[in-house]
Amino acid sequence: MFKTFHKGGVHPPENKLSAGRPVEPFPVPATVAILLSQHMGAPAKAIVEKGAAVKTGQLIAKGEGFLSGNIHSSVTGKVSRIEAVTDASGYKRQAVFIEAVADEWFDDINTDTLLDKEIKLNAAEIINKINESGIVGLGGATFPSHVKLSVPRGKKADFLIVNGVECEPYLTADHALMLEKPGEIMVGIEILKKALGVTQAHIGIEANKPDAIALMQKFASEYTGVKVHPLKVKYPQGGEKQLIKAITGREVPSGGLPVDVGVVAFNVGTVFAVYEAVQKNKPLIERVVTVTGKNIKNPANFRVRLGTPVAGLIEAAGGLSENTGKIIMGGPMMGKALAIADIPVVKGTSGILLLQDDEASRNKPQPCVRCGKCVAVCPMGLEPYLLMPLSQKNEFDRLESEHIMDCMECGSCSYICPSARPLLDFVRSGKNNVGKIIRSRKKQ
Amino acid sequence: MVTTIIYTILSLSLLGAVAAVVLYFVAQRFKVFEDPRIDQVEAELPAANCGGCGFAGCRNLAETLVKSESFDGLFCPVGGNTVMARIAEVLGRQAVTQDAKIAVLKCNGTCEYRPRTSIYDGTASCAIASALYSGETGCNYGCHGFGDCVEACLFDAMYIDETTGLPVISDEKCTACGACVKACPRNLIELRKKWKGNKKIYVACSNEDKGGIARKSCSVACIGCSKCVKVCTFDAITLENNLAYIDSDKCRLCRKCAPECPTNSIIEIGFPQKKEKIPETAGNNPLTVNKD
Ligand code: SF4
Ligand code: SF4
Ligand code: SF4
Ligand code: SF4
Repeated sequence: MFKTFHKGGVHPPENKLSAGRPVEPFPVPATVAILLSQHMGAPAKAIVEKGAAVKTGQLIAKGEGFLSGNIHSSVTGKVSRIEAVTDASGYKRQAVFIEAVADEWFDDINTDTLLDKEIKLNAAEIINKINESGIVGLGGATFPSHVKLSVPRGKKADFLIVNGVECEPYLTADHALMLEKPGEIMVGIEILKKALGVTQAHIGIEANKPDAIALMQKFASEYTGVKVHPLKVKYPQGGEKQLIKAITGREVPSGGLPVDVGVVAFNVGTVFAVYEAVQKNKPLIERVVTVTGKNIKNPANFRVRLGTPVAGLIEAAGGLSENTGKIIMGGPMMGKALAIADIPVVKGTSGILLLQDDEASRNKPQPCVRCGKCVAVCPMGLEPYLLMPLSQKNEFDRLESEHIMDCMECGSCSYICPSARPLLDFVRSGKNNVGKIIRSRKKQ
Repeated sequence: MVTTIIYTILSLSLLGAVAAVVLYFVAQRFKVFEDPRIDQVEAELPAANCGGCGFAGCRNLAETLVKSESFDGLFCPVGGNTVMARIAEVLGRQAVTQDAKIAVLKCNGTCEYRPRTSIYDGTASCAIASALYSGETGCNYGCHGFGDCVEACLFDAMYIDETTGLPVISDEKCTACGACVKACPRNLIELRKKWKGNKKIYVACSNEDKGGIARKSCSVACIGCSKCVKVCTFDAITLENNLAYIDSDKCRLCRKCAPECPTNSIIEIGFPQKKEKIPETAGNNPLTVNKD
């Protein structure tokens, strides 16, 4: 039987409509709006001014602070303005607008597509290169990769885990990438192994992608210490902690990081970006984005320059149809509904999903029937039915002792609840409040 | 049989008597002296237990009032100056007075002025909507209208107006307890000085975007043009983050500012009608109910 994690999990319909579609390069748009906050930490600081001429791949904003990242231009052209633009949350954030005139790549970026297997840099140089290239976790969490690679003193990484699970329904960006760039991903894995000083790497892929599993297995056989694990199809198999549990049997402690149990995990998209940065000197300026939905005429996987407006992608995939209920950035389980379609693609955009009216609407919440289903499916072992009223009543101490901060916001509880209770909504707001209290306590 | 009953009664009575004596001495030994004034002070307080004073309830405030030397930082907003004067009498202290306050909503983004750009079908809670996204309109700062504030108000002083989509605060019922101020995730409610006749002048906007952007999302947004700042002779208006703010302690209700505002975001309520141009919003202002 396939490996998996053991606590909780749900089985939403897979709906991988764009599976098997190749990665098509999306045309360079006329204008890009490159957000200065595309990573977990503080926004990057723009180093170009209005009117500046920039080339594709040129650094335009420097990441300052711990969890920040560098930002590069994704086109060649002129900075037309630095102004606020609406992001996926609907709030306005600073972005650099660039009018594209051509596609001329910055100085020593190597644009050929030949597979380059020889790793010339040493571990420190690799981490530095990754930092300079602005690489963050492309699975959606956008955690800066160089921070993950800098293993804290006193801790040790035993192995590298590569996340090719893609357990979100509809999304196929990682799948398509694995089918198209297996060689590059393998070199990326070797690079990360070198940077971490480990000899073992494990690739986790859900069993619903047999072609990707076979291909990765074939390529992995050329390397020592790289193993592919087909995993049971179950959401959230791709959650970092669930994946680690499934492959290694190790459990990341509450409030801890994977490195506490000797594991460092990267998404396949991130691994490919690492390959391009280290071997080809190419910073993170584009990514694979799935555009999908039951109403979309041509579900597709596009290679998109960062800052491309979402509306353009939808247009290219067949346009917005009448009965579209919601446009979602990300997958149906963890994605965010967009308030407007004119939002730029960022580093964490794995997909654009159009839901039909009937799929998108919520059912009316009913009282809790104490069925315990939410408890049974919670992959973090929490009790959502209890957290919701505690959060409504602002019982923050209780929430903290019930480990609300462990919630990974996978949405399994809200998905399964027969009473359609908005469990995650309240858990999220409770997390916000408890998080604030914990942070203020730390500051003292 | 009868003797058993007698023995039982006797032994139990003896046990009771011994326990009573022991308890009497214990009670004497560990007697907690409670200042009788605490009860007296508590009797003066409104017994609303709203927490507006910052304490867990009226009794908690009474205890603190009796224990502390002065009235520093201690005030019952619900009882106001009259109640505080009576408490001062009980405690034999000099009474302190505070200006009466009233809650106002710093947003006038009605459905008409601030068109909806998206539909939110999630949980009807301002806190949750704020955590999820920026709201149904283009404005990132304005009222969600789900009434977290209304729910927090223990004095029945607020309701959501169905046509405007905004909460309405009753001048008569609001006690300035501040519960709504804390409940609003967008910090839209301010406790301002209460004038006679419930006269009010304030900037009914919290949008910190630059003028053009603010105006695009809401026709009555403050655009930060600073015209009101220039006209105020009492230095009551400051402009920060593209948003004007009128300090209610400095403002003298001279009404020079409101007509200057190009977007009518300064609201005047409770004044006799002026002969010249009256701001559109003043007449049927949705933000305040004047009972009767
Ligand atoms: S799944 Fe819903 S109904 Fe069942 S216990 Fe949880 S909250 Fe209650
Ligand atoms: S409106 Fe606000 S300040 Fe006034 S009584 Fe209600 S909650 Fe308290
Ligand atoms: S004032 Fe604040 S709490 Fe009240 S309805 Fe508006 S957003 Fe919600
Ligand atoms: S009403 Fe008069 S005193 Fe008050 S802010 Fe306006 S101009 Fe100044």
